[in-house]
Amino acid sequence: MLKIDRRLIRNFDWATFSLVILLSIIGIMTIYSATRPLLPNEQPTFHIKQIYWLLIGMSALFLIVSFDYIWLSRFAYPVYAIGIVLLLIVLFAGKTGMGAQRWLSIGPLSFQPSEIFRLMFIIVIARHFMELSGTMGLTSIIKIFLAFTFIPLIILLKQPDLGTAVILLIMFLSLSIVKGLQKKVVVLLIVLGVISIPFIGNIMWEGLKDYQKNRIVAFMEPEADPAGIGYHINQSKVAIGAGGFLGKGYLHGTQGPFRFLPEKQTDFIFAVFAEEWGLVGSVFLLLVYLALILRGLDTALKAKDEFGKLLAAGITFMFSTYFFINVGMTLGIMPVVGIPLPFMSYGGTALLSNFIAAGILINIRTRRYELFY
Amino acid sequence: MINNNRDSIRIASLVIIGLFILFAVRLWQLQVLQGKEYRKISTENMLRIIKIPAPRGIIYDRNGIPLVKNSPYFYASLMPEHLENVDIQSLAEILGINSNDINAKINKKRLNPFEPIKLKEGLTFTEIAAVEARRSDFPGLIIDIDMSREYLYGAVGAHLIGYLGKLNPSQSKDPEFRDVPPDAFIGQWGAELFFDRSLRGTFGERIIEVDALGREIRPLQDKPPVKGDDLKLSIDINLQKAAEELYAGRAGALVALKPDTGEVLGFISKPSFDPNKFARGISYDQWIELNQDKKLPMLNRALQSQYPPGSTFKIVTAIAALNEGVITPETKVTCSGGINYGSWRFGCWKKNGHGTITLHRAIVESCDVYFYEAGKRVGIDKLAEYARKLGLGSETGLPLVKERAGLIPDTKWKLEKRNQQWYLGETFNAAIGQGYVAVTPMQMAQLMSAVANGGFIYTPTIIKLETLPAAIRKADIKQETLELVKKGLYGVVNEAGGTGGASRSKIVIVGGKTGTAQVVGIRKSSNLLPERFRDHAWFVAFAPVEKAEIALCAFVEHGGHGGAAAAPIAKLAIEGYFKNKEAERIQESKEQKRDKNAEN
Repeated sequence: MLKIDRRLIRNFDWATFSLVILLSIIGIMTIYSATRPLLPNEQPTFHIKQIYWLLIGMSALFLIVSFDYIWLSRFAYPVYAIGIVLLLIVLFAGKTGMGAQRWLSIGPLSFQPSEIFRLMFIIVIARHFMELSGTMGLTSIIKIFLAFTFIPLIILLKQPDLGTAVILLIMFLSLSIVKGLQKKVVVLLIVLGVISIPFIGNIMWEGLKDYQKNRIVAFMEPEADPAGIGYHINQSKVAIGAGGFLGKGYLHGTQGPFRFLPEKQTDFIFAVFAEEWGLVGSVFLLLVYLALILRGLDTALKAKDEFGKLLAAGITFMFSTYFFINVGMTLGIMPVVGIPLPFMSYGGTALLSNFIAAGILINIRTRRYELFY
Repeated sequence: MINNNRDSIRIASLVIIGLFILFAVRLWQLQVLQGKEYRKISTENMLRIIKIPAPRGIIYDRNGIPLVKNSPYFYASLMPEHLENVDIQSLAEILGINSNDINAKINKKRLNPFEPIKLKEGLTFTEIAAVEARRSDFPGLIIDIDMSREYLYGAVGAHLIGYLGKLNPSQSKDPEFRDVPPDAFIGQWGAELFFDRSLRGTFGERIIEVDALGREIRPLQDKPPVKGDDLKLSIDINLQKAAEELYAGRAGALVALKPDTGEVLGFISKPSFDPNKFARGISYDQWIELNQDKKLPMLNRALQSQYPPGSTFKIVTAIAALNEGVITPETKVTCSGGINYGSWRFGCWKKNGHGTITLHRAIVESCDVYFYEAGKRVGIDKLAEYARKLGLGSETGLPLVKERAGLIPDTKWKLEKRNQQWYLGETFNAAIGQGYVAVTPMQMAQLMSAVANGGFIYTPTIIKLETLPAAIRKADIKQETLELVKKGLYGVVNEAGGTGGASRSKIVIVGGKTGTAQVVGIRKSSNLLPERFRDHAWFVAFAPVEKAEIALCAFVEHGGHGGAAAAPIAKLAIEGYFKNKEAERIQESKEQKRDKNAEN
């Protein structure tokens, strides 16, 4: 079963692979610049750790590619169940960080199950949609929502991990649209969406933690409170703007290492990059992400089966959503939702998860000519 | 169906491309359109300008004895950035301050998270030890060192030396204080205030690059502070100290002048305050307490209080009458204990009368009846003219506080202010320094100085002068007149029956005049009255009589008889001054000898 097929090597999706490796290297360079020592007694380790995680991620990627992705559909339900259990463990026994419980420790390692779960979620939805034929009506979409989305959504909101919850919801809706919805369902969803904005807004607002409320207020009016939460957004805009056309040059950015940017090596890594590389570098980076995303969507179009198509589309939407929310936040055109930039932000679980996701994409593309055998 | 979901993927691609374009436009807006502005903010983010206080000039007395010292003290401040990790309650307990005070300071809007807030100044070593022991409980707590002013003689000379304080609201708007950081201390009273500009020096500036935690990354520019100029006051601190001790809880004022220059040798206003209390900022409550104190410690009694001068004014009456020729040294007046005028009786303080006496004995024994006669002969308007010539009725011009001008009444004044004609009885009162006449202790010292120096009026100064100043005017009084009066003043202290015998000194010949100013119109032994109705005690003096080196006015509020309450103070102040001069002379001659020996 594990024989390395020649065709597998010939058809390997080197483009996607090169793009994620490029992004990861840019990420590690930027992590180093963001955390580089200012005083002689400091020893930054973030970039070293990230290199280890990159190696682990690459191994995982090759491992994933070596199996036919169709195996994923076979184990989709049990894996999803394990994912839910992990989320529950986090909720009751997880470590608290930044006002939310997201971490789970196993020995010296700590990881964020929600980062892995988002992938399991895509697989299970793709698996479920695979068997449906024709467009979905209202009842079936509600059934699927209640069966696979509602429970993790509640758990994530309870943690609270608003970022991942929002992404699950977006992914569920976008995959549903790709799968095909009846016109009346689409219309109904739009009408419902518009009507419920104030209600949901109100309920959500009451249910939000103070730091989450602050983020929304700060997004609406960042200048009102320059030293508080709006400080993050302002300092991010300062970092990006200070880059100018050509940037301050690598290792010459100041907003990150001087700690004016909070979460500089994680959520605000784009701002650190933009300060050093300017408009030229930022647009280049944007194009790399665009290439990765368009390649993913193309993989979805070319997939040999419905499961591959849905899986590829789901993973690509996930990358896109993370990208737009994260970069939009650093640019000050999206609210502050603490989610990382795929492949670049510091964080082992996220990098591993993204490499597995990229592995699945490569897997789908590589095997697009294969028949079932 | 396949087509349907192929289409949605294509539409998704277009939406995603559109969003990328939007993001690129936003990048262009931030980095190109607003790039310069943000570049500037990012540079300024890292700069911190630290004002380095300049050591303040030291204030010395006229003999070079330091009166103040800049001493280091510890203060605690807190970086607001770490607030959420600090238990304010226990921090307040350790520092011994009210947690509400801390909360008031940190609950301000627009708090810069990296700008430390001062919590407490003047930490004791016990407090520092307590804080250090629990260092890890208070992240962002900074213990730092600064200089504060220490007044080595405490309350001695406080009204003249003054004190420091933070900028008050009107000063913070004044361009004169533009360079003064908001937390700095500047002179707010006395010499500290008046000579603040030169004492203050120039603040240094250190520009450093800091990270967002406020950690210093590297220095960029260093402009060292320039120490303020030292100041040599004209006062003699030993005279000052000796005289202040004599007041011992009583209210009053003393001004001692150098007759040939106008330099202030001693300047007392009692009760006073301890300027050290102001050194690191006075609390609002303490300030209110000082200002509402019924004893008025903040009132400068030497300049801001005016009182009837009593018999000390007889010096003016004697000068006016002699100089105008209405009496001569031989003019005799008979005192039978008082005179009658209309239905009123104007008594002499000596009920049995002084008998028939000349001017000299009238001054020595302070006979009221003689001066009623002299005043009547010279007339109120002439009397007032002489009083003004000698500096009464107008500000002396000592630049310390807003001083009062006193009052020298005449017929014109009464017509204008009271719309009444002048009565002779009022002349009698004025001639012995009662009635409308009001003076400040400063004015009386200046008058004494003018009599002693031959009629020259100098602008008083609190700075030790290196060259002799020009007199602002000469009081145009015949020298014989002044000599006669001085002889009388010598008699007051040194002849039998003189009212100022209490200030007779074994080391220097003193001349002077007592004064007992009535507070209420009852002639009763003062000791029997409640303090607030007791007479004010005056003594003006100069020494040595031959060629005066010091002229002074000692005043005790509600002190009773001038000869008993004020004269001993004047004597000891004068002796303090001469003893000091003697010691200095011995010191100097020793040094000269040593120099000679060294040369040999």
